[in-house]
Amino acid sequence: MAQDETGRELGRHERYRGDYPIVVEGLTNAFGEQVVHQDLDLKVKRGEILGVVGGSGTGKSVLMRSIIGLQRPTEGDIHVFGRSVIDSDPEEDIGIRNRWGVLFQGGALFSTLTVGENVEVPLKQFYPDIEPDLRHEIARYKVVLSGLPEEAVNKYPSELSGGMKKRAGLARALALDPELLFLDEPTAGLDPIGAAAFDNLTRELKETLGLTVFLITHDLDTLHEICDRVAVLADKQVIAVDTVPNLMELDHPWIQDYFNGPRGRAALTAQALDELRRHMDEPVAAHAVKALDKANSKKDKA
Amino acid sequence: MGGLAEFELVEGDDGKTVLTLSGPYLVSSVGAIDQDLRALEGPIERIDLSDVSEIDTVGAWLACSISSQHDAEITGASDRAKRLLGALEGISSDEEISAPRAPFWERVPEAMGDKVFGARRGVYGVVGFLGALLLSMGSLIRHPKRFRWLALVRQLELVGVSALPIIGLMSFLIGVVIAQQGAVQLAQFGAETLTVNLVGRITLRELGVLMTAIMVAGRSGSAFAAQIGTMRLTEEVDAMQTIGISPMEALVVPRIMAAVLMMPLLGFYAAGVAIVGGAFVGQFMLGIPFWTFLSRIQDVVPLHDLWVGLVKAPVFGLIVALAGCYHGMQVKGNSEEVGRRTTMAVVTGIFAVIVIDAFFAVFFTEVGWG
Ligand SMILES: Nc1ncnc2c1ncn2[C@@H]1O[C@H](COP(=O)(O)OP(=O)(O)O)[C@@H](O)[C@H]1O
Ligand SMILES: [Mg+2]
Repeated sequence: MAQDETGRELGRHERYRGDYPIVVEGLTNAFGEQVVHQDLDLKVKRGEILGVVGGSGTGKSVLMRSIIGLQRPTEGDIHVFGRSVIDSDPEEDIGIRNRWGVLFQGGALFSTLTVGENVEVPLKQFYPDIEPDLRHEIARYKVVLSGLPEEAVNKYPSELSGGMKKRAGLARALALDPELLFLDEPTAGLDPIGAAAFDNLTRELKETLGLTVFLITHDLDTLHEICDRVAVLADKQVIAVDTVPNLMELDHPWIQDYFNGPRGRAALTAQALDELRRHMDEPVAAHAVKALDKANSKKDKA
Repeated sequence: MGGLAEFELVEGDDGKTVLTLSGPYLVSSVGAIDQDLRALEGPIERIDLSDVSEIDTVGAWLACSISSQHDAEITGASDRAKRLLGALEGISSDEEISAPRAPFWERVPEAMGDKVFGARRGVYGVVGFLGALLLSMGSLIRHPKRFRWLALVRQLELVGVSALPIIGLMSFLIGVVIAQQGAVQLAQFGAETLTVNLVGRITLRELGVLMTAIMVAGRSGSAFAAQIGTMRLTEEVDAMQTIGISPMEALVVPRIMAAVLMMPLLGFYAAGVAIVGGAFVGQFMLGIPFWTFLSRIQDVVPLHDLWVGLVKAPVFGLIVALAGCYHGMQVKGNSEEVGRRTTMAVVTGIFAVIVIDAFFAVFFTEVGWG
């Protein structure tokens, strides 16, 4: 890496070109007696949105915390961008912390800073040589890119609604133009319209910024709409990683309940309706989907 | 590996002035050249991105703003650069990042006004809080089943029992210092034996209770404010209210009762330990045997000195706990507020204790308990 006169590393200039930015092997996590993960393997492909699903308390958040180095696993290896995150303190600079952005479940915005100042924090931390003017501009356009109105930059987190907090958290996660984005239940607690908008935003940002996204969610619509692949967490392991249609073929009881339960079918129907609308008139499409759904439920009863 | 972000102004084939950018234009590399780029003298008619090796939104933003500054077109953009430029197009924001702030000639009088009104609000707030406390005490007396014994016992332990070691150590040392320093001064009049009076009266009457109140303010008053304040931030207090639990009854009453009940015990204990400390000094420095010192205390300290201390103690406890709980309940907004309110709880608690102590001193002397 190039060095400037003070001997400080000038930072990364190259994006990760490998196939798997995240590789988790043989991960075991235990809190005292309680084993959360046992010998868990997972690979995330570059450029995909990987959905992570699983019942409450199956350790989705713990898995994310392990990958970003906040939770030291009991056993196993985790490589991000080809570097191990296991044997390093959270504060230690291993050259990858400026290459990922994290949106925590609760938003975790700094409550004494405005939204704009929140976005500036990682910029100041990693690139102190950026002039304040440019830094302010970056913070502003990141806030707008995250779908917040311009006026939101100088608001404090306590003055924002839940959905706006999520977007502000996203803006901070995107502050350093990361290659890897971790989202922990970004649409939980949002109204359906807000959730759909957030989904679109995630997809759009992934396309424009070339992101790889690790997306923990409970939202079936999100899974159907934007995830390239979905990893299912159950029995302390990742029991399957595949596209949604392929997962629905598997006959694991939890997966069947999850995707083929009433909510799963509703999400599927909505997506089918969307698909059909693109090819036909609205009334015809609606009719077709209704018929399809009826046929489905009859099949269930039989 | 990437190298550095560079730029050059050249004459293009078509005779136009072209700004060619080369190298990585990333958040990690543009910091060094941003100022120079913006300071470029126009006119620039074209910006050529074909030599840019890597670009992210920050690089694209820079190209965008140069292009709009000089009204130049952008050429040679890679697919990725085009996508980024497209996403940034039309974003032009000049909103301030920091919260709006008035100029200082408005800010200073405003801050003063705020202080004045704040003081008034504070008085209303404290009186209102006292009222609410009395009401919930009243309703607890009518419905004793609702009283939270477990919480009270827990607070008694936190405020009282777990404070015993530190208060004991502090009081012992205070007793030692008073006896030792007092003896040095009294020796000038040949009145070393009066050290017993000095230690006994001052600790039972004043210092035992006062120092204990200060210690309780620092230990428990601050804890009350921080705990209740954090619970307000996480909406636990609101959740209680919706479930039908009165935060006054569940949080405030047990804490205040614990402080009121524990302060006399702690104050008496502190005075006792201080006297023992004095007796040690007597034994080793003044030649007054330990047990003689203690039995002399009975003779030279009037009983009303003990009463003075014991009357003041619960009042101090009430003040300290009130300050803690009141400031805790006032927290709203952010985590900084918890810190601020905790500080205020301790400061106002100790200050009020000292003021009231002065009043007590005059009062008890006037009623003949001098
Ligand atoms: N710091 C911790 N200490 C003890 N147990 C924890 C801790 N963090 C998480 N757990 C446990 O790990 C399990 C998984 O938690 P989590 O990853 O938060 O679940 P979810 O999949 O809903 O995000 C839970 O049963 C939780 O009780
Ligand atoms: Mg979780």
